[in-house]
Amino acid sequence: MSRRGCASLRGANKRHGAMTTLTDSLSLAARLIGGLDADLLAIVLLSLRVSLTAVAIATVIGLPLGALLGLTRFPGRMVVVVLFNTLMGLPPVVVGLGLYLVISRAGPLGWLGLLYSPTAMIAAQTVLVTPIVIALTRQIVESLWEEYDEQLRSFGVGPAGLIATLLWEGRVSLITAILAGFARANAEVGAVMIVGGNIDHYTRVMTTTIALEVSKGDLPLALALGIVLLSIALLINAGVSVAAMRSQNR
Amino acid sequence: MSRFLAVTLCVLGMLAGGAAGAEERFITLASTTSTEQSGLFRHVLPLFTAKTGIAVHVVALGTGQALRTAANGDADLVLVHDRPAEDKFVAEGFGIDRRDVMYNDFILVGPAADPAKTQGATDAAQAFQRIAGTGALFVSRGDNSGTHAMETRLWRSAGEDPAGTRAPWYLSAGQGMGPTLTMAAARDAYTLADRGTWLSFRDRGALRLELEGDPRLFNPYGVILVNPVRHPHVKADMARAFANWLVSPEGQSAIGAFRVEGQQLFTPNAKTN
Repeated sequence: MSRRGCASLRGANKRHGAMTTLTDSLSLAARLIGGLDADLLAIVLLSLRVSLTAVAIATVIGLPLGALLGLTRFPGRMVVVVLFNTLMGLPPVVVGLGLYLVISRAGPLGWLGLLYSPTAMIAAQTVLVTPIVIALTRQIVESLWEEYDEQLRSFGVGPAGLIATLLWEGRVSLITAILAGFARANAEVGAVMIVGGNIDHYTRVMTTTIALEVSKGDLPLALALGIVLLSIALLINAGVSVAAMRSQNR
Repeated sequence: MSRFLAVTLCVLGMLAGGAAGAEERFITLASTTSTEQSGLFRHVLPLFTAKTGIAVHVVALGTGQALRTAANGDADLVLVHDRPAEDKFVAEGFGIDRRDVMYNDFILVGPAADPAKTQGATDAAQAFQRIAGTGALFVSRGDNSGTHAMETRLWRSAGEDPAGTRAPWYLSAGQGMGPTLTMAAARDAYTLADRGTWLSFRDRGALRLELEGDPRLFNPYGVILVNPVRHPHVKADMARAFANWLVSPEGQSAIGAFRVEGQQLFTPNAKTN
């Protein structure tokens, strides 16, 4: 958050105590949203760009892979299923560190020069979100298949058609799965901090800004930014849910 | 549903489009949390960028980590504050052309009650001895930063080794200056801070300045270019342009003009050529 942009907001936190921090933060958050601070807007847009791109890539990879995993039977399948369920809980810091070691100039992909860039942040969040999409899609498609198996067989649907049909039938649940992935990406700070470097006006996103303000001891501003982050997530979830419900009722 | 998909794709397209056309001419500066959190870079970097068109991407780390990042070739230059570590970095061939840029000083902060009577100490060594003697809580950065290195040297000069002896009153935070100050405030503990972070820190609680002015607490910052022989991909020319600007009269006066709440945080001290 910029000194310029928030100059008017500082000084609100001279007093102490948790309750004043909370009320200060709420009014600060309202002013931040209402004031449409240019720096804040840039940070919000970068957050959305990184997280939504990561979720889009994870969806393109995860939906077909998850469906395939749900519909096929092979030796060791349970191991793969359990593995992806576990990977849903990957600690962001570990993902950030692993990716750092790979894309650092001293690492195998160092020649790409990706460290400390938005691209690196997208890659890190994609790694975090893809297992979530795969694991949840697998679960959704598998239970749908159990339900519709005989019906689909009697129509003589082929494998590709089967996947497409089941993904379409499960679309509302799948959207929830994708939203879970988005929530994960949007809320994490550990991975983007390490591979993005929290560079002002370049790789600084909502969560790393919050972490920075906490470390500067500006707790009301940090909390206010948290409220802004939550509001944006609420807007996106509400929008997607409305769209999904309409599609279901059509 | 198809309309929903179309809208989603449009939004994603717009977002991806925003990725292209980002600034091309930039250098990466590995520096310390103390300089970044003080707000110094926000004050001086726009001046350099306006003059040269070169953006400076600051990655704020502890001095130890900043030097390691640069040694890996992940930065073009460093601005740090731990002279022994800086000299080692240059001696090992990772960095070239170290120059003085500015200094501030370290201060001892602690609870207003001052249970270890550090305010009456004649120098930093005596203050540290008193803390160890009374067993008053002390929070260490414990993160291999420049401040941590200074603190370790001060304990040595006081003839104490709380980290090695695992003294119960010695808390190793493993965090940056800000969180360490927060912890000291919460636990009524002493800690060593750089004056810049202290002055710009918002959440001091009952902490106050206990000791300052000991020549040992001098905190000089140096700029070092990453050796392009070691890492041919570094942007050596642009990095040198920035280092030259920092030590130029223009850069030096920009550093001297930076103030937080009316107080100058860093004193420029580059040698005039």
